[in-house]
Amino acid sequence: MPQQISRLLILFTLLILGLVVARHYLVPKTFGRLGHYRAAAVDAIVARNVKYVGREACASCHDDIVKIHSLARHQTVACEACHGPGAAHMEAPTEHKPPAPRKRGSCPLCHGYDPSRPTGFPQIDPVAHNPVKPCITCHNPHAPEPPQVPGECSACHGQIARTKAVSHHALLPCTRCHETSQQHKVTPRLSRPTKPRDRAFCGECHAKDARSPKEIPRIDMASHGERYACWQCHYPHDPELR
Amino acid sequence: MTNQARPGIPAQSPPADSPLDRRAFLKKGWPATLLLLVAKVVPSASGETKGAEYQASEHYYGMGIDVGKCIGCGRCADACKTENDVPRQPFYFFTWIERYVIKTDGETVVESPNGGIEGFPPTVTETGFLRTFFVPKLCNHCASPPCVQVCPVGATFTTPDGVVLVDKDYCIGCRYCIQACPYGARFLHPQTHTAAKCTFCYHRVTKGLLPACVGVCPTGARIFGEVHLRTSPLARFRRFNEIQVLKPHLNTEPKVYYANLDGEVK
Repeated sequence: MPQQISRLLILFTLLILGLVVARHYLVPKTFGRLGHYRAAAVDAIVARNVKYVGREACASCHDDIVKIHSLARHQTVACEACHGPGAAHMEAPTEHKPPAPRKRGSCPLCHGYDPSRPTGFPQIDPVAHNPVKPCITCHNPHAPEPPQVPGECSACHGQIARTKAVSHHALLPCTRCHETSQQHKVTPRLSRPTKPRDRAFCGECHAKDARSPKEIPRIDMASHGERYACWQCHYPHDPELR
Repeated sequence: MTNQARPGIPAQSPPADSPLDRRAFLKKGWPATLLLLVAKVVPSASGETKGAEYQASEHYYGMGIDVGKCIGCGRCADACKTENDVPRQPFYFFTWIERYVIKTDGETVVESPNGGIEGFPPTVTETGFLRTFFVPKLCNHCASPPCVQVCPVGATFTTPDGVVLVDKDYCIGCRYCIQACPYGARFLHPQTHTAAKCTFCYHRVTKGLLPACVGVCPTGARIFGEVHLRTSPLARFRRFNEIQVLKPHLNTEPKVYYANLDGEVK
């Protein structure tokens, strides 16, 4: 073997050996066991402490409250959604007392009026709704009930009521268009209010020959959008004509 | 061989003392078979009851979010920060809530003041709005994650159960993954100076608990479960809702599934 080749061979062997040794010390032990990462990192993440313990853990001591709560309207609201994480309280029940939000500020986080919330979700206007009083003076947060059966449609249909209040239809009571039985207040979805069925209903005020105040805009029922029901173009709670 | 040794007996009927004619074999055989079966079943059954050991390969996680149920209370973002020790400053989030207001002139305004933890200011528009709603966001735990692809040291990775995690001891803080994530779900942790993101509460789900955000959601807008299993809350959610994912055109294959998602949501 020529000398230069053997020298190169020795050099390369040393380089490769160096690489193997360096890899042995530099690459973490668990790297590549599960994939192109340190398997030990997964164990480190798994070993982290749990802080939110869940309703079952709360029930092991506070079964009286959990029993009421699990049947009430707030049953889907976890204990720790209001009281904060319970792990520290479980470790040392007297040293770590979970906070109980008694001030007015916390309930509107869910129940303050915001048009972005889904329609039908119970909401109040925190400014106008019994100002200053803490919510818990009237409502039991574990088993909340509306203080009385809703007297006004706006108690539940606040979004519609607020929209209508600034529209041209502001002075029309809801019941002018919707026949609503008393049962609707008890089982709202099983006894639904009626809706105007035909064009003639709107025509009672808006048709050319209607017997209604002159200021109300008139249309010719025969030629005006005769293929559609009125509500298909107009939103009756906020008519577009201004 | 025995037949040959006794030439007087016809070959069809083996002698009574022959150890293995068919009838005798079946008669003796069934208890043995039963024993074998029991022996096979019992250890596996007891193994299941003992099996506190978590098997990552048996799971594949995803999350469902029903936009139509989100009330924007921010309890998820708050619980997440507590559970995962996320810095409290208003720019570090594992999960957060965005409020979309689509105005009548077509403009879309997206806000997320402190992730929604302290609630949202009243919606004020001069022109009124067409639609408005809340959208909870978090790491989408993509099946084909760009962040994992770009990591130069293998510090971010997908576990066998489909969760994208960060190895904070191995991360060099190059921020490449933060740039690569199309959902803005990652940030550089101000104390460790390494990348951080939602872990699907991996320390909880491996113990059989729900992620903190799912557990505290008061309206059940968040659903967590197995992607491939048919008997999982997530499977039910995906059966009964029209499902969309965020930025499907990027082929990241997100495993956070949205129901009732508006087309304006990016």
